[in-house]
Amino acid sequence: MSDPAVSPSKPVPEWRQYLRFAWNAFSQSVEGGWKFYVWMTLLTAIFLVGANAWALQVRDGMAVTAMSDHVSWGLYIANFTFLVGLAAGGVMMVIPAYLYHDEKMHDIVIIGELLAIAAIIMSIMFVVCDLGRPDRFWHMMPGLGKFNFPVSMLTWDVIVLNGYLLINVHICGYLLYKRFRSQPPVAKMYVPAVFLSIVWAISIHTVTAFLYCGLGGRPFWNTALLAPRFLASAFVSGPAFIIVAIQIIRWQTGRMFGEGAIRTLVAIIRITILISLLMVASEVFVEFYTGGSHTGAAKYLYFGLHGHNELVPWIWTALAFTITAVILFMQPKVNRRPLILNTACLLAFVGLWIEKGMGMIIPAFVPSTLHEIVEYRPSLTEWKITAGIWALGFMIYTLLLKVTINIHSRKLKDTSGVRTVAPDDALAMGDGSGFV
Amino acid sequence: MNDPTPASPKTSCGSGCSCASAPNDEGNSTRRSVIKGLGATLGVAAYAKALAPLTELTKETSMDEFLQKHYKELSKEEIATVIARLTRETKEKYGADVTISDPKPQEGVKFGYALNLSICNGCRKCAEACHLENNHDRASHQSYIRVFEMSKGSMDFEKGNVHYDHPVPQPDKYYMPVQCQQCEHPPCVDVCPVEATWKENDGIVVVDYNWCIGCRYCEAACPYHARRFNWQKPQIPAAEVNPDQGYLSNRIRPQGVMEKCTFCLHRTRNGRLPACLEACPTGARVFGDLNDPNSEVRYVLENKRVFVLKEELGLKPQFFYFFDE
Repeated sequence: MSDPAVSPSKPVPEWRQYLRFAWNAFSQSVEGGWKFYVWMTLLTAIFLVGANAWALQVRDGMAVTAMSDHVSWGLYIANFTFLVGLAAGGVMMVIPAYLYHDEKMHDIVIIGELLAIAAIIMSIMFVVCDLGRPDRFWHMMPGLGKFNFPVSMLTWDVIVLNGYLLINVHICGYLLYKRFRSQPPVAKMYVPAVFLSIVWAISIHTVTAFLYCGLGGRPFWNTALLAPRFLASAFVSGPAFIIVAIQIIRWQTGRMFGEGAIRTLVAIIRITILISLLMVASEVFVEFYTGGSHTGAAKYLYFGLHGHNELVPWIWTALAFTITAVILFMQPKVNRRPLILNTACLLAFVGLWIEKGMGMIIPAFVPSTLHEIVEYRPSLTEWKITAGIWALGFMIYTLLLKVTINIHSRKLKDTSGVRTVAPDDALAMGDGSGFV
Repeated sequence: MNDPTPASPKTSCGSGCSCASAPNDEGNSTRRSVIKGLGATLGVAAYAKALAPLTELTKETSMDEFLQKHYKELSKEEIATVIARLTRETKEKYGADVTISDPKPQEGVKFGYALNLSICNGCRKCAEACHLENNHDRASHQSYIRVFEMSKGSMDFEKGNVHYDHPVPQPDKYYMPVQCQQCEHPPCVDVCPVEATWKENDGIVVVDYNWCIGCRYCEAACPYHARRFNWQKPQIPAAEVNPDQGYLSNRIRPQGVMEKCTFCLHRTRNGRLPACLEACPTGARVFGDLNDPNSEVRYVLENKRVFVLKEELGLKPQFFYFFDE
């Protein structure tokens, strides 16, 4: 990649500098010690199992899933919904950092923005895996195909998800690039994008909720509470994931950072998890107190219906996990004892994954619109593809974090071309250098 | 992040950045390069193997099909080419000689369907006729019509049963066949992200089977369970394939796309009656032009006690139920 044209005397166009940065970042991100290779090989193996399952699904048809004309969406759409929330949840670092000028959060906000990138890529992959004809994907591209905008909420989702991905790629890419070049970032190049990303994060989960709650034929989804409920739970699962991620990075880099940020995130979760639970309780009350045949889905979910109770263990596990997490988060010692903190985060994360996935998508189809009961239990193919996409997401997040750490620790920096020498403190402002 | 020795020398990436290897590291670096090259090769091989099933698809989907435009954008000549290709492919894949037509809506006609619940006896001949007429997959016994055995005194589907298996009619029951209601405001059309489904001028909601991406959002949106997905390639013995096919109706659907009742438009647009009506032994089904004041369906609407399913949803079905007495 060394380019003879690059010389100190000749200014190199910015876009070529950026490409060089991207190449450097990529080629160094795949370098590492044996632990790194073991981790990445493991993830690659899981991903390949998923890729193979998907290839077979495309060849043999969606009949290899457990979905049917009665339960026409399943594990893929469940994961998609949860992951859009995870992506939106990263904004709970951005808001304290940029709206409340929390310096400690500001320093490491990029951990949340990178999570948004990985989570959005995963959510898009789950939608693609749910398509019966992925070869016709181009039909959805504006200009090329037919884009049913603004009537179809799915087209809104395509726009907001891709937009959110681009915004976050720009913010992270720009800040890392500037630090790679040893230049202080220019505020007007990224701060407007940061504020846009805050609004946009809310929009991705709102639009995703509108996909479901706008359908009059599915009473279980047809509630105005769905979007707020999605947001509240996203603001639990996002921060919970980030709290654990910060500790793993600390452990791997051997550097202590982010204690203040973790406290802020815990404070956020203490509120959002209660709001989330309150909304679940509110929904449950309306469903069961009102009664009637519209309660069928809720009855099926929580207690089983006419001897069919496939989802009952799922939802009670979710509730048990979430309520235990609430109790743990409310303990003052959650801030001193990592074991309690991490247990709480894990329980909340898994609990919400169930509640917003299997517990949110499937009951809308059982009983069906004509009150037939056909149950759904994900097939092995669906589990393989799901595991594969999660593995790919972890790979992406690992590589992104690795590049970021290398650039911030100055292990990876631009050593050619015209150099703007800036003291490291100057670079520390606003570019998330606090954790190295 | 998983690098336990961040300070250890690295292989040069040749870019002149500070990650370049130390000068005395040559041998080590070569060995590493070999191992990495091997790893990369194995990796590529594994990816190729994992995704190999996709290559078998090229036999199923021709380049012409891949690049085919939306139905509404095809010219007369283009549609003729497409139909010729589909006819040829049906011969190749199913061994059947078929004629695929593309009948257009008749000017000023708006189809409506009415069903007499007083005389329907639940024999399910309509569902069977649909299965045969519309070239449904044989193994799954697919049909666009589901017949519910309902308890007298209740219109609640929760008390209905679609899997009844005894002589009909039972004295304390009545029977309610449900198929696409051809809504005036079809939610399935609204939600489709690629406009692969739309309402034609004669009121029939159709699907372009060659444009649908198979996201199944329409299936989630339909309150009448009227839509079906091709979970796999439909299987029909050559002798059983109905050769009288319509491009937007009963031609054999590809794997992975949506389908639905089209009021048998390949028949009804040519002055014939839907297959389900012809099969009905009781005369419970009435089909016709809602715009024609002398049609039988108009007589029913004006003189019988008529209702539509789930009227409260405001979708204005063009499928009506009525009672005689």
